[in-house]
Amino acid sequence: MDLQILWFAAVAVLWTGFLLLEGFDFGVAALLPVLGRRTADRHLMLRSIGPLWDGNEVWLITAVGAVFAAFPGWYATWLPTLYLPFVLVLFGLIIRAVAFEWRHSHHTEAWDATWTRVITAGSLIAALGIGAALGATTLGLPIDADGTRVGGAFSGLSWSALLGATAVLGFSLIHGALFLALKVDGDVRLRARAFALRWSPVAALPLLAWAGITHLRYGTPVTGVLWLVAALAVVVAWARIRLDREGSAFAAWAVLLVASAATIFGAAYPVVVPSTIDVAFDVTVADASVSDYTLTVMTWAAGVGLPVVLGYQAWTYWVFRKRLTAEPVHEQVTGAHA
Amino acid sequence: MDVLGMDTLDIARWQFGITTVYHFLMVPLTIGLGILVAVMHTMWVRTDKPEWLRMTRFWGRIYLINFVLGVATGLVQEFQFGLAWSEYSRFVGDVFGSLLALEALLAFFLESTFLGLWIFGWGRIPKKLHLAALWAAVIGSVVSAYFIIAANSWMQHPVGVEVDDATGRPVQVDFLAVLTNNTALAAFSHAIVAALMVAGALLVGIGLWHLRKRRLAGRSPEDVDHAVWRRSVRLGGWVSLAAFALTALTGDWQGKLMYEQQPLKMSSAEALCQTEAPASFSIFAWGKLGDNECDDVHSITVPYILSYLAHGDFSTAVPGVNELQEEYAAVYGETYPDDPSFGDKAGEPIDYAPVLAVTYWSFRLMIGMGAVSAGVAAYALWSTRRGRVPTSRIGVYGSLLAVGAPFVANAAGWIFTEMGRQPFVVHPNPDVAVEDQVWFFTAQAVSPGISAAEVWTSLISLGLVYGALAVVELWLITRFVRAGVTTGDGHPAPEPPDDDAARNDRDDDVLQFAH
Ligand code: HDD
Ligand code: HEM
Ligand code: HEM
Repeated sequence: MDLQILWFAAVAVLWTGFLLLEGFDFGVAALLPVLGRRTADRHLMLRSIGPLWDGNEVWLITAVGAVFAAFPGWYATWLPTLYLPFVLVLFGLIIRAVAFEWRHSHHTEAWDATWTRVITAGSLIAALGIGAALGATTLGLPIDADGTRVGGAFSGLSWSALLGATAVLGFSLIHGALFLALKVDGDVRLRARAFALRWSPVAALPLLAWAGITHLRYGTPVTGVLWLVAALAVVVAWARIRLDREGSAFAAWAVLLVASAATIFGAAYPVVVPSTIDVAFDVTVADASVSDYTLTVMTWAAGVGLPVVLGYQAWTYWVFRKRLTAEPVHEQVTGAHA
Repeated sequence: MDVLGMDTLDIARWQFGITTVYHFLMVPLTIGLGILVAVMHTMWVRTDKPEWLRMTRFWGRIYLINFVLGVATGLVQEFQFGLAWSEYSRFVGDVFGSLLALEALLAFFLESTFLGLWIFGWGRIPKKLHLAALWAAVIGSVVSAYFIIAANSWMQHPVGVEVDDATGRPVQVDFLAVLTNNTALAAFSHAIVAALMVAGALLVGIGLWHLRKRRLAGRSPEDVDHAVWRRSVRLGGWVSLAAFALTALTGDWQGKLMYEQQPLKMSSAEALCQTEAPASFSIFAWGKLGDNECDDVHSITVPYILSYLAHGDFSTAVPGVNELQEEYAAVYGETYPDDPSFGDKAGEPIDYAPVLAVTYWSFRLMIGMGAVSAGVAAYALWSTRRGRVPTSRIGVYGSLLAVGAPFVANAAGWIFTEMGRQPFVVHPNPDVAVEDQVWFFTAQAVSPGISAAEVWTSLISLGLVYGALAVVELWLITRFVRAGVTTGDGHPAPEPPDDDAARNDRDDDVLQFAH
């Protein structure tokens, strides 16, 4: 029982970690056509996420893996119900991954521009799709007593999916802009900051709405406080951007996500997939969970493994901490990267 | 719902087969080439010889192009069990999911993080640390293979579980038993050496082609590039030969386990219809293999060998498909239960024999293509002995063509393993008393809520995307390979970065993803 709570929390942490990390690379990719006026700007933006996106994406794989590992009943209800939307997400992630790599495998402008657009498109599809899937799993899917979908291929996509999609996209856009403001120099930095200042209050709304609705539906006083923290974080982030304090703005914006996710998952517990057909069909942690033995094994493995992973990921961020500028690149040296 | 006569189950099986085999085109190259590039990089750090650096760069680039496609197609795998096989996921959840999650946590993070560090770390971090980053990524790949194969081997030979009386599902009682499943140890070692064959063949094929081209163009055999290709061929050749010997050894181990664990699979691989003592190994078969009409199959055989493969001696009887079919039917039922979870198959008779034509020929293709590859490696080593350069057009282009052979062998191996397990998706473990066994038919595994049209849509769209990726990928790799060590972009081959100068002015540049 206690282990089930622990693993519910672990799954929540993994999804939050994923959104927090991949969120900025989704955001940067989505902003390429907006903030990257010149080719050099776009290259700079791509360089800022180049070494990081793949490691960030593993958070998604781990989050999905943890859902399967700890709550197979959740995994086996959620995925087939949103079958085609998930296939679309996969499609977005595939084209994005290859575009990152292929973009610089051949040197013509058209080639570069095409794959840069593919990165943007793939990231948008993935961010919207994952948001939709998360929105639907916290606010309700049309499932019957066996966890089987009722209705056609898109019956899982209702307003809750739309809310989740815009929430994740809105969060990612500002998160990406603030990341750029922190990470690069020159025009892009200024434009990113201006973008964040202008749009952050609007971009935060869907996420706050999603968290607010889950709280009103299932919440406790604790989740109410968490929601207030999230709302406050938006104000703080906005104020810090105005003062050109990119670091603390970025941190405050991250608090928005963490507090919202805590509100959503905290309020939803112990339900993992609410049914829009009948509350009696809700899939709960207890229905979906594996045995205590298996949870114990995984607790040990994760207890040892996760700190190590966090350690070396933090270290890579530190290695690549330097601010980037759009100075011309010495081809000679870039040729040297195996 | 039927579209083109295929129900959801059939389409989902095609989809799983196609996407997994596709993923497994990248996987062995990642594992095998990763190990070899790490060796090259190590040699450079130890000897400081420029050819090792250039080899690291050239083969490392191919490794990376391939790696990304492995990542992209691997993502699909992670979701697939839930999307199309939800009943399977529910059934095996207590064992299977934890292995996937551990793979991600312990292997994929290691791979992706340290590979990023390796790519962007040239000249930025100390040389030895940089080398260690590559090794960490490569170890990540090998660990990933271990976990996923442990998961697959559990489906072949479920150990470490008991049946839960309430749900009828397996509950894990011994995680260590799952990790040390003998099926997994055998399959893992077999797959790793099979991966090295893929990398070896690539080095040989491309190396020979460049050597010959340089020779015909009258380029000097003294310069660094010559050394690059020559060393590549020699390294690849020896690795291929050794790996082939090891695939045979580990494959023999797998064969013996299979006779205990899934006798029907092995007899189907041999199209051995009647029990024989001593049993002969079939080399070529004809007749009604395709229709699964065992009595009409004729084949050319070598006496005694099958008894040896199965039992390690030359006389013990090997049971035939017909007899085993009856044994299975007696224990696991003549017909599928008349239950809606079996879909169209409910109440139908069960055919316990896999498709004989597939098991028979995929087994031969695997071994045959491996042998072709070993033959090419031997030719390459012979024709480059003591500094020679082969000029035979047939020999060199043949070797280039043979780069594909171990890929085909790997795919054939998996098709054999997976289709030979049918009609089960989780095959019962015969070491356990029948009432304690767990098994699951493929017919019950598919997601109940999804329609055939949905799976068709995903199969067709994934198929189109995968096809397009293959075209671009092959085009890029071909261009890169043709250009040779002087990089695919017309840039001169890089000099070894010297660490001190590198520190300051490279900080920005290194963030450019390799081209
Ligand atoms: C270059 C590739 C390659 C080569 C040369 C071989 N194999 Fe293999 N084989 C594979 C690549 C492979 C594979 C793709 O890696 C498989 C699929 C699953 C696995 O673990 O390995 C496999 C499976 C596989 C199985 C099925 C195991 C099962 O169903 O559980 C057997 C019995 C063998 N192999 C036996 C052999 C023998 C006797 C070989 C003698 C030369 C051999 N293989 C060469
Ligand atoms: C990467 C190498 C693998 C290849 C090439 C491969 C190949 C295949 C093929 C060809 C099928 C279709 C069989 C049929 O329709 O009769 C299949 C089915 C399946 N395989 Fe594998 N497989 C691989 C690894 C795995 C692993 C590692 C797992 C589990 C962890 C797995 C689980 C399954 C499942 C669940 C099915 C669907 C049910 C079925 O149709 O048999 N496979 N695989
Ligand atoms: C059918 C079951 C399988 C699943 C669910 C699966 C899952 C995945 C996923 C999610 C990735 C992407 C990791 C990343 O983003 O870094 C991946 C890549 C990889 N997988 Fe698989 N995989 C399967 C079969 C296999 C098998 C059988 C092996 C080894 C024998 C294997 C070895 C690898 C390796 C080495 C990579 C690294 C990337 C590359 O291939 O280039 N996988 N896999």
